[in-house]
Amino acid sequence: MSTPLGTSPDEVQFRFRDDEPVDHGTVTVDCALEQTNANAVRIEPGDDARLLLPFLDRLALVEVNFPSFGDGRGYSAARILREAGYTGELRAVGDVLIDQLSHMRRCGFDSFAPDKRLDEEDARRAFATWADVYQRAADARRTIAETRHEA
Amino acid sequence: MYQYDQYDQAMVDARVEEFRDQARRRLEGKLTEDQFKPLRLMNGLYLQLHAYMLRVAIPYGTLNARQMEMLADIADKYDRGYGHFTTRQNIQYNWIKLEDCADALADLATVEMHAIQTSGNCIRNISSDHFAGAAVDEVVDPRPYAELMRQWSSFHPEFTYLPRKFKIAVIASEKDRAAMRLHDIGVRIVKRDGEVGAQFYAGGGMGRTPMIAPLIRDFVPIDQLITYAEACLRVYNRYGRRDNKYKARIKILVHELGAAEYIRQVEEEFAHLLSVGVEPPRDELARIAAHFADPPFVSSEVETQSLSTVLGANGGQGSAFGQWVRRNTHAHKAPGYVSAVISLKPVGGIPGDATSEQMRLVARLARDYSFDELRVMHTQNLLLPHVRIADLPALWAALAEAGLASPNMDTIEDIIACPGLDYCSLANARSIPLAQRISERFAETGRTEVVGELKLKISGCINACGHHHAGHIGILGVDKKGVENYQLSLGGSEAEDVSLAKITGPGFDEDGVIDAVEKVTDVYLASRTEGERFLDTYRRIGMEPFKEALYG
Repeated sequence: MSTPLGTSPDEVQFRFRDDEPVDHGTVTVDCALEQTNANAVRIEPGDDARLLLPFLDRLALVEVNFPSFGDGRGYSAARILREAGYTGELRAVGDVLIDQLSHMRRCGFDSFAPDKRLDEEDARRAFATWADVYQRAADARRTIAETRHEA
Repeated sequence: MYQYDQYDQAMVDARVEEFRDQARRRLEGKLTEDQFKPLRLMNGLYLQLHAYMLRVAIPYGTLNARQMEMLADIADKYDRGYGHFTTRQNIQYNWIKLEDCADALADLATVEMHAIQTSGNCIRNISSDHFAGAAVDEVVDPRPYAELMRQWSSFHPEFTYLPRKFKIAVIASEKDRAAMRLHDIGVRIVKRDGEVGAQFYAGGGMGRTPMIAPLIRDFVPIDQLITYAEACLRVYNRYGRRDNKYKARIKILVHELGAAEYIRQVEEEFAHLLSVGVEPPRDELARIAAHFADPPFVSSEVETQSLSTVLGANGGQGSAFGQWVRRNTHAHKAPGYVSAVISLKPVGGIPGDATSEQMRLVARLARDYSFDELRVMHTQNLLLPHVRIADLPALWAALAEAGLASPNMDTIEDIIACPGLDYCSLANARSIPLAQRISERFAETGRTEVVGELKLKISGCINACGHHHAGHIGILGVDKKGVENYQLSLGGSEAEDVSLAKITGPGFDEDGVIDAVEKVTDVYLASRTEGERFLDTYRRIGMEPFKEALYG
């Protein structure tokens, strides 16, 4: 039996979803592969997010841990899950900083549980920093190039 | 050249405001220095030995007169009246105050410039061939492809916290004037059966573990360029080492996996991303390319003149003008035109430094003689890409008066040197004084011209910002028990005949290494055959004769 990991809904500071959050902890990727009923999993920086792809239908919460803000592997993990069609909650947890929020949002994160609560006003500004974007990502935003060439 | 539209301008303006806000939060103590560091680095702000250093991006080395004048204004307003042009075609200011930085960035934004991603563990400013759009031998102008990649890589949400910095160069000719294979990714635009595509090299670099990038794909269709680059970066972001910053560059990943395995992973990711669809619309490349259309070259016989006519009327080959033309001009694709190198390597000067007055003069000359266009070369010189041959005498006279007409491109006086211990907190030894003394020694003895092409590169520490691994002669400054010591190496090249230099043997003190450079040129002069450059002679006769002269 694995010890539940992860953040509780109370620790989530920003959430861009309307459904009820999962009310229990997450398990490791290894556990999720073995436990056929696990619906909440936690990805560490060294984990391969693609291992979860066969089970996406049963997952309601994926937490991606950022033990250190400078380790950017979680951004790729998030996009990989979204590109594969994952629609459940994707939560960034750990050393998550104000200036990372907008990029994380673009990579598909839709909830945030930073270790240290962030200043609400600064965060609101950060989420809104980029009115336009240059590249396709996991969000559905139209890129600048697409806008330039829309019929 | 490329001009911002409302969207590009809005992105840069948003970035200035974001940085202003970050600086405010730092000052209010909401950000620790550790948290602020990657943010300021992604805006080109380093903490150096004496002050902050601001590195301003000059995408693919192209700028216009108005932008050069702004660089001069920034030098006067926020620095000490000069700037330093770098090996990645950017400019650095060494004496910037943190509290002025957001204002300097705002000034830059008024002329479509910025310092975005000139530092930090992200995709850096993209470099290119300084003769792009002018060179006879290019397949196409590489800059539209570089610009497409600039937009893709700017504020890329997935690749802002890479294991380490990431440098990309884009060229479009067999000749390599951008050290393409010594970049994290090197792209060569090619044409196969009339179809344009991109050849990709990955895992090159200098630093403490120099490596030449292997070919990872011979042809990427041009409408998949961004998708393929994204695949290369995603594999690196996921699997590049993060346990040791000295092993975190992509060259180590490619080396440890082996090129074949890296290629396999990239191809798998590429196939996946093609199905996701991340490529910009095809029309975007055409829109960008239209900005790089040829300027209106004149073609009548009255307006264009041949080099021999102009030389004949101005003192001939042997005159000071003739020497400058021979050394510092480069063949142009349009008849009656050349590209003209403005040397920032006066004898005894600091390689790559320019005063604000010089910048303003160069800007004026660009307006008068080069369709308002300028380039920064990776050799730390400036370039007027499109000069009418008939205008060369007037151009030369103006440059000579300002001390900018040293006829020394690609000679031993055209030294690449890092800032070294005079500025840099990482350096073990001084680079600049050594460069100054070597150029003085060779100029005094008249040997510069006798020796001809000889690329000398000096780094003040093993991080190799002065490209010593790629010098025909390379010098590396090290700290030997508290005393500066210089290791000499021979046989490197950053060009299409790329190779890494080999160390000659034990190092020298400052005087000793200058004598050593002279000795290796003695060996070359005694051994060369007709038409051989220093590098060719070294490759033919090997290291032994040089060692014998140095240590025998």
